[in-house]
Amino acid sequence: MKTFINYKNRFVIAALLAMISIALSAQTDIDGIMMEKSGFCVGPMYSYSSWKNYWEGTLKRENLNLGRVSTQMFGMMGNYGVTRKLNVLFSAPYVKTKATAGTLHGLKGLQDLNLFVKWRPYQKKMGYGRLSLFGIAGVSIPLTNYVADFLPLSIGLHSKTALARIMADYQRGNLFVTGSATYVLRDNIKIDRNAYYTTEMHYTNEVEMPDGANFNFRAGFRNQRWIAEAVVNNWTTLGGFDITRNNMPFPSNKMNATTVGANFKYVLPSLPQLSIVAGGNATIAGRNMGKTTTVYGSFFYVFDLSHKTKSSDQSSKKN
Amino acid sequence: MKKILFFLIIIIEIAATLFVACNKEVEGRTDNIGALSPSNIDLNAGTWKPILLTGPTEFAVAAPAATNTADYIAQINEIKTWQADLTKDEKAIVKYWSAGAVLRWNEILRDLVAKHNLPPYQNDDGTYPFPNANNPLAYPQFPFANPPYAARAYAYVAAAQYDALVAAWYYKKLYNRPAPYVVDATLNVLIPKSDLPSYPSEDAVVEGAAVEMLKLLFPGDQDFIQQKAEEHKRARIIAGANVRSDIDAGEALGKAVAQKFVIRARGDRAGAAAGNQAQWTQMETDAIARGQIPWYSLEVPRRPPMLPLFGKVKPFLFDSLTVIALRPGPPPSTSSDEMKNETEEVFSQTSNPTRENIRICHFWSDGVGTYTPPGHWMAIAAEDFVKKNYSEVRWARNMALVAMAEMDAAIVCWDTKYYYFNPRPSQMNPAIKSLTGVPNFPSYISGHSTFSGAASTILGHIIPERANAYVAMAEEAARSRFVGGLHYNKSDCAVGLTVGKNVGNYAVQRAATDGAE
Repeated sequence: MKTFINYKNRFVIAALLAMISIALSAQTDIDGIMMEKSGFCVGPMYSYSSWKNYWEGTLKRENLNLGRVSTQMFGMMGNYGVTRKLNVLFSAPYVKTKATAGTLHGLKGLQDLNLFVKWRPYQKKMGYGRLSLFGIAGVSIPLTNYVADFLPLSIGLHSKTALARIMADYQRGNLFVTGSATYVLRDNIKIDRNAYYTTEMHYTNEVEMPDGANFNFRAGFRNQRWIAEAVVNNWTTLGGFDITRNNMPFPSNKMNATTVGANFKYVLPSLPQLSIVAGGNATIAGRNMGKTTTVYGSFFYVFDLSHKTKSSDQSSKKN
Repeated sequence: MKKILFFLIIIIEIAATLFVACNKEVEGRTDNIGALSPSNIDLNAGTWKPILLTGPTEFAVAAPAATNTADYIAQINEIKTWQADLTKDEKAIVKYWSAGAVLRWNEILRDLVAKHNLPPYQNDDGTYPFPNANNPLAYPQFPFANPPYAARAYAYVAAAQYDALVAAWYYKKLYNRPAPYVVDATLNVLIPKSDLPSYPSEDAVVEGAAVEMLKLLFPGDQDFIQQKAEEHKRARIIAGANVRSDIDAGEALGKAVAQKFVIRARGDRAGAAAGNQAQWTQMETDAIARGQIPWYSLEVPRRPPMLPLFGKVKPFLFDSLTVIALRPGPPPSTSSDEMKNETEEVFSQTSNPTRENIRICHFWSDGVGTYTPPGHWMAIAAEDFVKKNYSEVRWARNMALVAMAEMDAAIVCWDTKYYYFNPRPSQMNPAIKSLTGVPNFPSYISGHSTFSGAASTILGHIIPERANAYVAMAEEAARSRFVGGLHYNKSDCAVGLTVGKNVGNYAVQRAATDGAE
């Protein structure tokens, strides 16, 4: 069948970049914005992505026995400012998949917990603008024993991952550009079968997952009230194998995708703690993945946790 | 709060470091098993009952040169030359092949099956192309190694190896030429020593029989097969297990015996099993005439049924009349309340599947791109046989018993499927969604259940202490098709298990009378 739920996988799971980063277009692990000290930004997000065509290896095709494969994601994301230079971020999505044709059962469930530390060690005026450099580390851990080996309808790849990212952001007036490069380590996974074929037979339930690299470039308009940006993202699996002709996809396939998209964020003038985020993207090139189109939206609310109350009732604090 | 966060950061950093450090190498269960060291060399296996051969001497093996001849000493020196400068790769192939010839060739066959178990993609006009054995590399590649094809392949290779080894054991005992390390005690030996005469080489017999059978079964993979064959023969010489004349005589014998199986295979009616449009239509018409809803393909575009005439293939363990005698009575009528209830049962089972049921379904599904259910049972058998330290001839005999039971189970099951042409649960109720792909052939009776009933029965005879475990596995495999939404529980799975056991009993009967017990 086909592959692709992977859009999501790749993003959230593999690189984490994905939904999360894209959706949370403010204060995410892959943008140039930091939360103020003791600020806590949190909110729900929803995304819908689907594809009808996918790449079987490098061959683009449709599959009449899948129709349109869709993934809905309901997530909760947050960002806490330990200091202005050090933020901690998290997200945890619930994912639901479906195919419109054929007999295959969709799956649903809580996917992976994603945690990041975002550090801005360097910020300096340069020319007419300001240059910031970032270092980001993240991990993702499956939250449930969900099924990885049922692509394209699995809700994720069930791999523990760790990533390291370097990022640079340059802002001049209201215009900015941000670029980042990420290396993602992916741990082996266990599947329900105890033998499987890649390019040869393996007599084990353990699957070696190739690592991945991600490159992200974004540019646009950014001020206190608005963000409007265009994003190009490339995810490349460093290893893995192609789906053979009319075969099923497999978690350790060589999944690559290049997406282009746009994000918008609007901060309510009457209630500046609240922001609305929306965006979308489309896959323009890929391998062993769906030609996915994604739209998403979310709300974020910023709490100020600066009171020295330590543990109790911090959630009620507003700025 | 801040402390907690810093703690969290440290945890993340540590986790990231651990990832970097972790070893990703994955080891397969049989990748590094030890060398086969038979607990009993079965010196009298030349008297065991062959499957196709009229007797062990049907193909003559010339008497070997004496071990004091210049020719033989030159062959010993060939071993010494290899051993003088062993590379890592050479040591690795010795280790790999020393685990057992029958085991490794069965694994190679499973590899080929998984590679080729891919349904052809449709033509632009919505029809489907068929693989062509005479042009195996053109798309769709030959073969489409689906479960019946695979079952037959496993059976022919194992049966040919068994017959060839019975003949080999006959000549081993007759000529009684000792192994090279017995002749020359200074020889370095990389495998366990054995009292078994080494002419002709049992490894080369197994290799020769496999190579010859696989020319027919996987004609497009000859480079891969030949490479394995060369490696296997070389491994035995490098190891000091055989001299070249042991190998040459064994390979020739294996090939000659396999030729007899190739001739049988060409005439066993499998070549016509795909049928044609008129025959497919006739089956549908017959079902309608019986007042039943006929099966139809749930694929888009509708795919011709998989090997509808495979039920006519010539079995190994009984004759074609017995195939019909083993065919179970009809399933509940498609218009009956019973069928309605069974369909409803599948729907309620699959509408909100538990994680455990998904696991069971996926563990046993053995669908597209896998070694198929018969291959799964070959793997189960092989991994248990490894622990038994059988001689190669007993290995081959036991694998052949399992494989022939699987092939004959495929024949009886396919005969039943196309005789009744019964619809799948998802056809009766399109709201039923499956946890793995719905196979493209009629429902009654479940193939997985039939294969599992047959395999568990003969395996329980071969390894009695595991009999209950095999029964439990077979029951789970059968159940996996119900909880996965592919089959009705009572009619398809339960009847399939019973029919499979009946087939398996024929293998048990043969086992009890073949002289090996």
